[in-house]
Amino acid sequence: MNSFPWLTLLLIIPAAAAVVVAVVPRRLGTLAKQITLAVTLVEFVLALLATIAYEPARAGFQFAQKYSWIKQFGISYSVGADGISLVLILLATLLVPIVVLASWDEVDAASPDGTPVVGRRSVPAFFALLLALEAGMVGVFAATDVFLFYVFFEAMLIPMYFLIGSYGPVKEQAQRSYAAVKFLLYSLLGGLLMLAAVIGLYVVSADQLGTGTFDFATLRQLDITPGVQKLLFLGFFVAFAIKAPLFPFHTWLPDAGAQSPTGGAILLVGVLDKVGTFGLIRYCIPLFPEASSYFAPMVLALAVIGIFYGALLAIGQRDMKRLVAYTSLAHFGFIAMGTFALTSQAGTGAVLYMVNHGLSTGLLFLVVGFLVARRGSRDVGAYRGMAQVTPTLAGVFLIAGLSSLALPGLNSFVSEFLVLAGTFTRYRALAIVATVGIVLAAIYILYLYQRTMTGPLVSEDARGVLDLSVREKIVVAPVVALIIALGIYPKPLIDIVRPTVTATFEDAGHTDPAPTAPVNASQTGGHS
Amino acid sequence: MAVHPTATCQTSTFLVATCLTAASSMSISPLTTSSVTTSPMTRYAMPHEVGHEVGYAAASGVFSATWLLLVLPLAGALILLLGGRRTDRWGHLLGTAASAASFVVGLVLFFELRGRGAEDRQVAQHLFSWIPVNGFQVDAGLLFDQLSAVFVLLITGVGTLIHVYSIGYMAHDPGRRRFFAYMNLFLASMLLLVLGDNFLVLYAGWELVGLSSFLLIKFWEYKPAAATAANKAFYMNRVGDVGLALAIMLMFATVGSTNYDSVLGAAAADIIGYGTLTAIALLLLLGACGKSGQFPLQAWLPDAMEGPTPISALIHAATMVTAGVYLIARASPIFTETQAARTVVVIIGAVTIVIGCVIGCAYDDIKKVLAYSTVSQIGYMFLAVGLGPAGYALGIAHLLAHGFFKAGLFLGSGSVIHAMDDEQDMRKYGGLWRLMPVTWVTFGLGYLAIIGLPPLSGFFTKDKIIEAAFDKGGTSGYLLGLTALLGAGITAFYMTRLFLLTFHGERRWSSSGERAKHPHESPTVMTGPMALLAVGSVFAGGLFIVGGTLQDWLAPVLGESHEEGAHTLSPAVVTALTLLVAAGGFAGAYLRYQVRPVEAVARPDSEVGLVTVAARHDLYANTFNETVFMRPGQYLTRFLVWLDTVGVDGLVRGTAAGIGGLSGRLRRTQTGFVRSYALSMLGGAVLVVVAALLVRTG
Amino acid sequence: MNPSNYLILAALLFTIGAVGVLLRRNAIVVFMCVELMLNAANLTLVTFSRINGTLDGQIMAFFVMVVAAAEVVIGLAIILTIFRTRRSASVDDVNLLKY
Repeated sequence: MNSFPWLTLLLIIPAAAAVVVAVVPRRLGTLAKQITLAVTLVEFVLALLATIAYEPARAGFQFAQKYSWIKQFGISYSVGADGISLVLILLATLLVPIVVLASWDEVDAASPDGTPVVGRRSVPAFFALLLALEAGMVGVFAATDVFLFYVFFEAMLIPMYFLIGSYGPVKEQAQRSYAAVKFLLYSLLGGLLMLAAVIGLYVVSADQLGTGTFDFATLRQLDITPGVQKLLFLGFFVAFAIKAPLFPFHTWLPDAGAQSPTGGAILLVGVLDKVGTFGLIRYCIPLFPEASSYFAPMVLALAVIGIFYGALLAIGQRDMKRLVAYTSLAHFGFIAMGTFALTSQAGTGAVLYMVNHGLSTGLLFLVVGFLVARRGSRDVGAYRGMAQVTPTLAGVFLIAGLSSLALPGLNSFVSEFLVLAGTFTRYRALAIVATVGIVLAAIYILYLYQRTMTGPLVSEDARGVLDLSVREKIVVAPVVALIIALGIYPKPLIDIVRPTVTATFEDAGHTDPAPTAPVNASQTGGHS
Repeated sequence: MAVHPTATCQTSTFLVATCLTAASSMSISPLTTSSVTTSPMTRYAMPHEVGHEVGYAAASGVFSATWLLLVLPLAGALILLLGGRRTDRWGHLLGTAASAASFVVGLVLFFELRGRGAEDRQVAQHLFSWIPVNGFQVDAGLLFDQLSAVFVLLITGVGTLIHVYSIGYMAHDPGRRRFFAYMNLFLASMLLLVLGDNFLVLYAGWELVGLSSFLLIKFWEYKPAAATAANKAFYMNRVGDVGLALAIMLMFATVGSTNYDSVLGAAAADIIGYGTLTAIALLLLLGACGKSGQFPLQAWLPDAMEGPTPISALIHAATMVTAGVYLIARASPIFTETQAARTVVVIIGAVTIVIGCVIGCAYDDIKKVLAYSTVSQIGYMFLAVGLGPAGYALGIAHLLAHGFFKAGLFLGSGSVIHAMDDEQDMRKYGGLWRLMPVTWVTFGLGYLAIIGLPPLSGFFTKDKIIEAAFDKGGTSGYLLGLTALLGAGITAFYMTRLFLLTFHGERRWSSSGERAKHPHESPTVMTGPMALLAVGSVFAGGLFIVGGTLQDWLAPVLGESHEEGAHTLSPAVVTALTLLVAAGGFAGAYLRYQVRPVEAVARPDSEVGLVTVAARHDLYANTFNETVFMRPGQYLTRFLVWLDTVGVDGLVRGTAAGIGGLSGRLRRTQTGFVRSYALSMLGGAVLVVVAALLVRTG
Repeated sequence: MNPSNYLILAALLFTIGAVGVLLRRNAIVVFMCVELMLNAANLTLVTFSRINGTLDGQIMAFFVMVVAAAEVVIGLAIILTIFRTRRSASVDDVNLLKY
């Protein structure tokens, strides 16, 4: 089954569908939606099948394919999946159909006060952009050629730029253009530094091997001098730190998050930003092991600052979408910390965190989007006591929030605890400080819930607000179910991620610290 | 693990572990010999070759149904939450049935456990592997042993009674179904807490009971006070949870496991350093303080009375808030080993006793008085378990007895509040005993139990704790004993005050006019549970303490107490003192609130003493929290928002503006005059030529 | 005759042309100065061709002449059009394409 071109298929289907949907006439908007939904569902099923076909125990990339692309520079179209990229592809393909369904009426609906939408908002173009974005996301995770990775890394920006710039809040023309340009410039700056580092890698490989290459597996084998490693590491790191984003490269995120359409925000924060954290663990650590150890304290410091900074800023926000964006800053802090603690527990936790954060923040953005669609405002002041009129929505909001604050029994807890416990074994003080962050997480989520959902109803006209529609329930149901299921039984996911993460760290020369007073000579549990 | 290959090692469990270790490594560490002599524990053993720790007997027969305990109420909660309005009509019945079914399962398992030999009374059920990452292996496993058994019975038993009571109490509430769903969720979480076989599962239950508590405090969330109280409870609990989480991380980093048998075995076997052990114990204590409303994290518990009264009885009196005591008892091998941490525990317990008592005297809100009473009674439990092996079982005994009488008191207060149209101010009560005889009798029995009238349950359990405190010996023993004695006196005072203000004296309410009240006895569905709890309050203490029943039952888990040690004061003297002090408290309250008339409105702060003012303001705990944490936090948040906009983003926007400005200047060179372009071209050409010449010559 | 004299002449012609381009406003004059520079370049090319004894320079000169002829055609047409619309042949009057 492994010779089946899973990844290429996953890449081509949305790309082709994007072209098809783009040429659908504007008046056939519904057709465009239906095609998109069908394609993205097929895509998800394919990704699921690929996950089943994946053999976690086998080392190295699976479903690998390699065709020479630009022979002169040793660039090839080569794709492959390991445990880390596979779960992220699965996350991406899961979220896209949900986003499609959630955005069903968002583009062609009139603005909340009833006036028709002005300007050029083409429904087919919107869904074509989503499909193009999906192709880009799959590509960036599947690429095993560093140059190909770079190409997808930049290609993803384009659909996202248009999603923010053209499909953001109707009335905030200036702000959404600003946000879109800010997003693009930030990402391009990071991409540029990464390009320089990618070329640097090529030069080093040409020096050492005679012929240069961009092939990841080959580049891993290089023996780069520490000085060069540090420079190249920084090139990659800054790109990923902007993408993730880590403090202090984060200021584009609240703007982009607030000005995106709901679907765009979910994909932006849920998946696109994961490219940054994915890059840290996939590229930075294996390619530059010495530099990773050297810079680990710096990254960890930024991560912990991010945890607190993001949380405190989230508490201070009044714009709900910005608030969620800032909570993500805190969560990315946890992910970066888990990655650079360099223990298999923390690393596995970090990768799980990427998936779980996609689900929990995705759900938060969905719920906030539903609220905004009902009342037309992102300001918390426009809401109070909404639980009285929209109990189901309030319940889903609470579940999303509880997942975000890592309540045990929900998905994020597993990842957050793994990150903290894994970090604790190596950097105690850091883990202790970071653990205090969970109090702040409770505050930003429950304070938001308190302000929007409890108390007397905000105004009499809010009494007519409707609870979740059937479509909206269908949208949130799978996410809620997954949030609970992965909290209770995360083993399937762990089993996919763990071997890859363990191998990544071990290859880079990082072994888990042993317990200081081990009680069991033979630790429990077979490492199945 | 019925038959272990190395049978000789079974006398000391940790010895088993070391035997195997030694056998595999062919070397005997110096620790091995010392652990044989020092280890008081006789139940920790090596993991089996399969993935699950089997220091405990594997669940078989009836015990393979242990998971049902959890799943029954969980299923109830899920059906009620997902079923929506369709389940409105019969939701409360389903919820009660789920709770009762869980109780029945608990009873069956309990008797099955009693039927076993003392060494087989710890049954573990492995459910599935929860978080397996290399060295970090956490299983979802349940442990049904002597300690969890009594908790299961308390939780499901009292829980079921309160479910029944709530059928009546919440009869007219439109959200009754949701209420029962949350109660079932609470039961499931609490059972998870006491049944988990490792600290991480306990932590999961720990936070989930926090969630249920949050949901139920804000049950009437349209009231801002309820929403705020719920958030406050969750925040303060999270502060405690940080401690528990860190303790678990430290266990993992030290021992490489979070399972009870590994961690506690290592603690008992003295292979963990004293500093680390003390750190773990103190972190656990922080968690326990948060959950149990102990100093300095006590401020959330009184606010939590915003929730419906059955919740105050179930969660904030009988079960959840005592989880801290459970945690310390469960981790008793750790606490036994570290004198320093136990000293902190007894200090916290003693301080909390006094705080709770003093504030309890000042409030006029009947539920708040009961809440502070709970705070101080849990203080007694902390004091007891802080005394080490001598007190663990006493703490648990008081916990169980308290579960009965305090739940009964809360349910009684709910009955009164119900009858008085949601009035909670005791000064507006009075003379209710004729109108609500059943409530009067049941409440009265609970009241007599808590002030320690022999032979009711509070007498036995509290008396023993005071005795144990004196027996600690030395100055500290006297200090603790006197504090506990003082607490008993004040308890008698404020509980008598509460009882007299509510049921006796003149009626300070009118049965006619605008604010007319028509107090009436509650329906049987409410009085029934109250009566049963009253029976429990009368007999529980004697049942547990006389003959050391509970102590013997729990000894395998908590370690043997050194019962026959030297007494500082003879038990008879302590009992006499306790009774004397309690009588003094009673007399004081009787003289003040029965003999003299009571004002229907409390006197303003300016007319009462300093202590009363301080007590009315919770001894300024909230003020302290607000000034030290909340306000600076708000300022910090605002400052950071400003900093992020002006500073960090300002830097970015500044750079952008700088580049924009620069290009604005530079474009001015494009004048549109062809000849100036030509000049610059010439200049460029000259530059190139000069450069070329320089390179050529240089 | 010393071929470097031709080079000096070419340099002089080029300088006159360049100065003309920079200083004169009349488009026709500027244009003729450009032609002067082109021809100075031609002269240089031919001279070097002579010095080196190869034909490369001569061929290059022909290319330049062809380009110059094409340039004359386009350039004069543009100047004529500008003159028609603006009633002026001054290069300083055509300064709309700026900033």
